[in-house]
Amino acid sequence: MEKRVTFRGWGLPLLLVFPQILISGVFFFYPAAQAIWQSLFIPDPFGLSAQFVGLGNFEFLFSDRFYRSSFITTAVFSTLVTLVSMVPALFLAVLADRLIKGAGTYRTMLIWPYAVAPAVAGVLWLFMFNTRVGVVSWYLAQLAYDWNHVLNDGEAMGLVVVASAWGRISYNFLFFFAALQSVPKSVIEAAAIDGARFWKRFFTIVLPLLSPTTFFLLVVNIVYSFFETFGVIHTITAGGPQQATTILVYKVFSDGFVGQDLGSSAAQSVVLLVVVGALTVIQFKYVEKRVHY
Amino acid sequence: MADSVAHRANIIEPPPGMVEKRGSGLWLTHLFMIIGVLIIFFPIWLAFVASTITQPEITSPPMPLLPGDQFFENYKRALFSGVNVPVATMLFNSLVMALGIAIGKIAISLLSAFAIVYFRFPGRNTFFWMIFITLMLPVEVRIVPTYEVVAGFGMLNSYSGLIFPLIASATATFLFRQFFMTIPDELAEAARVDGARPMRFFIDIVVPMSRTNIAALFVILFIYGWNQYLWPLLITTDPEMNTIVMGIKQMFPSGDDTADWPVIMATSILAMIPPVLVVISMQKLFIRGLVDSEK
Repeated sequence: MEKRVTFRGWGLPLLLVFPQILISGVFFFYPAAQAIWQSLFIPDPFGLSAQFVGLGNFEFLFSDRFYRSSFITTAVFSTLVTLVSMVPALFLAVLADRLIKGAGTYRTMLIWPYAVAPAVAGVLWLFMFNTRVGVVSWYLAQLAYDWNHVLNDGEAMGLVVVASAWGRISYNFLFFFAALQSVPKSVIEAAAIDGARFWKRFFTIVLPLLSPTTFFLLVVNIVYSFFETFGVIHTITAGGPQQATTILVYKVFSDGFVGQDLGSSAAQSVVLLVVVGALTVIQFKYVEKRVHY
Repeated sequence: MADSVAHRANIIEPPPGMVEKRGSGLWLTHLFMIIGVLIIFFPIWLAFVASTITQPEITSPPMPLLPGDQFFENYKRALFSGVNVPVATMLFNSLVMALGIAIGKIAISLLSAFAIVYFRFPGRNTFFWMIFITLMLPVEVRIVPTYEVVAGFGMLNSYSGLIFPLIASATATFLFRQFFMTIPDELAEAARVDGARPMRFFIDIVVPMSRTNIAALFVILFIYGWNQYLWPLLITTDPEMNTIVMGIKQMFPSGDDTADWPVIMATSILAMIPPVLVVISMQKLFIRGLVDSEK
């Protein structure tokens, strides 16, 4: 798509794009190139020189048991976050869509957790499940369930998943609700006249019509759980117990800044870069085409 | 499966053939909605209650579920003394960062989107592809080298260090480009015939026409900037420069000491008030911004 009418001159447009080129060059392209470059070297312990190792960092990375398990952790984590944030959101959106009065009020009450930062959400959930003062863990103890996410892998994972999915329900609700509102009423009425009941209509007509939105949200939520949940994990478990909640982004941080292993951290960045690239391509390819049955 | 679907259908189903939403199902719908809202609301309610009671009330569980009388006491302590640094300072830092990111990104994006839509200049296609690439890489992926660049410029513990790396992605440029493409060509033509310079056209026509888009994007970017965690965590080692979202974690004591829960929870509430207010008061713009920025 191009404009037919344009202004003449080269100087002005170059001047206009200059601030953006400067900022993305210095803070985006240079660091990204640097990450790729660094991933090919191993710095010596004093940081004075670096030895070229080619793909050595990557070979080492994929032979590292902890890195491979971090991949699995990330896969489990992002699948769970996506499910836990999308299913309740769809359910609430279907309910809200049935209401003529009050849907707007519910929407207002449901959307604002989106504005709560993941790190703050982490603190809120940590407070509820804190092993010493947490209200929920106290009531669980009354039911003779000994909650301890500091020691138990599964409970730690459960807690970071719920804390990450919580604010996300708002976001998914908004998109599902908007999509449901735009389902043509005539189609629904036709099916109703033919005798299809609510859930029958939902599964055979509404859900297929929602598939572009569902697919879009699937990709967006996976990207979210990969990158924006760092705050939740850092505040609640710091990757523990024994790396049980160390997702890939958390590992880039802990190896690069805590462990000071720059070569490995850079190689991990490059792996992540490939993952995001793939996700983005999928998103553009399919969201553009619109998924329909 | 089929049975359970049919069974559930009987619960919230209006009589067959009726798509109008009424009948006994309506009450159940409201009931489920209210339960959903309450579950989502619960963590925040608990945080609010904890910010209005005393430390002993929290450390001898279970804590009460209704607010106490320590509201002013706790918030005053959080705002003006805090744990490492007064929360008022962190609030100010967050405000500068969020506004800097929102305004900075909108300003540079408006200019460059105007250039790529209304001019043909050498390197235009390359520039366009540059924008496309920046859409794909969140700051988390390139943290170590970005940190080194910022440290090299001596921008650690500074507002510019907090702001610039986060306005480097070109999402906003992309959105403004999409919008500018929909501005009728006749307007530019008329401006040109009248002998208006490009910048006059930009200031008098393009910017006013983009008002709603700018506002919607501002809402989204403000929340994005306010809620940043990893970046401020890395580059603000001086407590005076901490932002509130990353500062909460710093309030937890290392080791076995008991955390000052009332102050921490008051800080959590203070940290969510500005973005939540923005979302609620500008709901229409917020929804529009979300939908725009994700297309």
